[in-house]
Amino acid sequence: MKTPSLIHGLMAEFDDPTSLVTAAGRAHREGYRCMDAYSPFPIEELHEALGSHHTRLPLIVLVGGLCGCIGGYALQYWSSVIEYPLNIGGKPLHSWPAFIPVTFECTILAAALSCVLGMLALNGLPMPYHPVFNLPRFALASRNRFFLCIEATDPKFDLEATRRFLETLEPREVSTVAD
Amino acid sequence: MNSVADGLQPIDDSNARVTTGPTPVIAPGHTFGTVTDKISAIVLTRKTPIGWYAGFGTALMFTGLLLVSLTYLVTKGIGIWGNNIPVGWAFDITNFVWWIGIGHAGTLISAILLLLRQTWRTSINRFAEAMTLFAVSCAGIFPLFHTGRPWLGYWLFPYSNTMGLWPQFRSPLIWDVFAVSTYATVSLLFWFVGLIPDLATLRDRSQSPVGRFIYGMLAMGWRGSAHHWHRYETAYLLLAGLATPLVVSVHTVVSFDFAVSIVPGWHTTIFPPYFVAGAIYSGFAMVLTLAIPIRAIYNLEDFITMRHLQNMAKVMLVTGLIVAYGYLTEAFIAWYSGDKYEGFVPMNRMFGPYAVFYWALILCNVVIPQLLWFKKIRLSVASLFIIAIIVNVGMWLERFVIIVLSLHRDFLPSSWGMYSPTFWDWSTFLGTIGLFLSLLFLFLRFLPMISIFEMRTILPEAKVGDQ
Repeated sequence: MKTPSLIHGLMAEFDDPTSLVTAAGRAHREGYRCMDAYSPFPIEELHEALGSHHTRLPLIVLVGGLCGCIGGYALQYWSSVIEYPLNIGGKPLHSWPAFIPVTFECTILAAALSCVLGMLALNGLPMPYHPVFNLPRFALASRNRFFLCIEATDPKFDLEATRRFLETLEPREVSTVAD
Repeated sequence: MNSVADGLQPIDDSNARVTTGPTPVIAPGHTFGTVTDKISAIVLTRKTPIGWYAGFGTALMFTGLLLVSLTYLVTKGIGIWGNNIPVGWAFDITNFVWWIGIGHAGTLISAILLLLRQTWRTSINRFAEAMTLFAVSCAGIFPLFHTGRPWLGYWLFPYSNTMGLWPQFRSPLIWDVFAVSTYATVSLLFWFVGLIPDLATLRDRSQSPVGRFIYGMLAMGWRGSAHHWHRYETAYLLLAGLATPLVVSVHTVVSFDFAVSIVPGWHTTIFPPYFVAGAIYSGFAMVLTLAIPIRAIYNLEDFITMRHLQNMAKVMLVTGLIVAYGYLTEAFIAWYSGDKYEGFVPMNRMFGPYAVFYWALILCNVVIPQLLWFKKIRLSVASLFIIAIIVNVGMWLERFVIIVLSLHRDFLPSSWGMYSPTFWDWSTFLGTIGLFLSLLFLFLRFLPMISIFEMRTILPEAKVGDQ
């Protein structure tokens, strides 16, 4: 196979989730860090096998929710007490129990928006082009195949040595991914 | 080296067989490949079934009726509807509450059942969520046009304006605006996030460049990376956690539209829980009404099994009993309060001029669903379908009884009146059913109606073995 001058990495293809998780774990123990695994559905064990950290997403959602909560309440307080006070039967202007439903809805709305936008931003999506799509067989990553890609940016990456290592994991095949 | 074309053909990777109990959530023999192919083939097929054209065409005609009705409404004013003082709310609000209620099953199935780890939800959540979105769209039409000046609908939202006016935040009607718009937004987010991996599957499997481009843009470059999946799962779970209190709050706020007023028959604390139960009841009835024909037409009996239909029937039975308890409590409290006007409400419902609607409601919502106690009935697709339609009708009658029967005779007999719907009341209602079905037909044709990636996770071969 011809080796392109610029490569993204080496991609090994597997048949089932267990082989992929095993392979990812072995690659991590071997010292590879710049790598990613691709699967047609979420595999809980895979994330750990790759040695990744926790996501900051829950914190983003918490902050988003608190902003919505405070913002929603402040909007009602400011418009009902300061900007546009209406005396209705002598009832208090700051009638907080009546402000709870809208505060609640604003909390949920802001938290949900920050959840989805935060997830997309942390994942770097939308990203219509990515080098892994150069590999024709990668179309099966959304069907029934499992891929492990060791990227060329890894300090330990060496085209020949890494390929030999990936071959020992008993993949279906190992391919070079052009950048 | 295998070519891509080889890989894209259905591969016989039947090394894993499903060996679950007697009532599986997915028929035995399926693999990652077959599940993907079967569901995506419905969308990617070149031949659209003739029945689809017939159904979509009919639904589109009713959507046209909706457009005609709304155009006439805007030119003439809401006087073309039958509601007038004392019955200021009639078909419009009945239909609004009915549609919003139907929407609740989608969020319940996708969020609450996800948190409760009910894996059987997987094959019905996608189209139940779609149903939610379309039902909420239909619901929104009614209050918007009932304002009389829909082009000023944005006045309901707080924004800085030259008139120096702000919405009245102490009014349940403003709470409703926030609740329903938040609900619509969060349902859309939930649905779209769930679709992203499946859109990537369609992008990779589509044979046409146009399909690849459109699904590719919508999938936003999803590539199934393990890091992405991890954040995706976290986001999905958090969204479910946020949607669960939201779905309970929405129909609670809808019930506040009534309960916060002093109208006899409306001013009661049973309304929030009883409205939420009623919403779930009608929502599951609508999911069954849609799921039964869809699974027959698209041969999806492997994925939407008798276990799903049975479980939904059981949810209907439980929520139906809660609703029945609500009816009893309403009548009991009316009597127990000793209030003359409250006491009159159940009497007027049972023996007044609209008594036939009340008894039809009891028959549809309380009596007939008791048949679901029998396993034989729950296992018969035809009887489930009929009961689901009866419950849909019953829940519509319930809202009609609550709204019209409370308003038409309140405190002063001199201001009593009667309501009867006009042609335009009916045409607008039927029009929204047409809009709902049109959107549903488009969804079935262009998006995967069952979540493909979640179906893969419930296959036994998805389990990671000893490493």
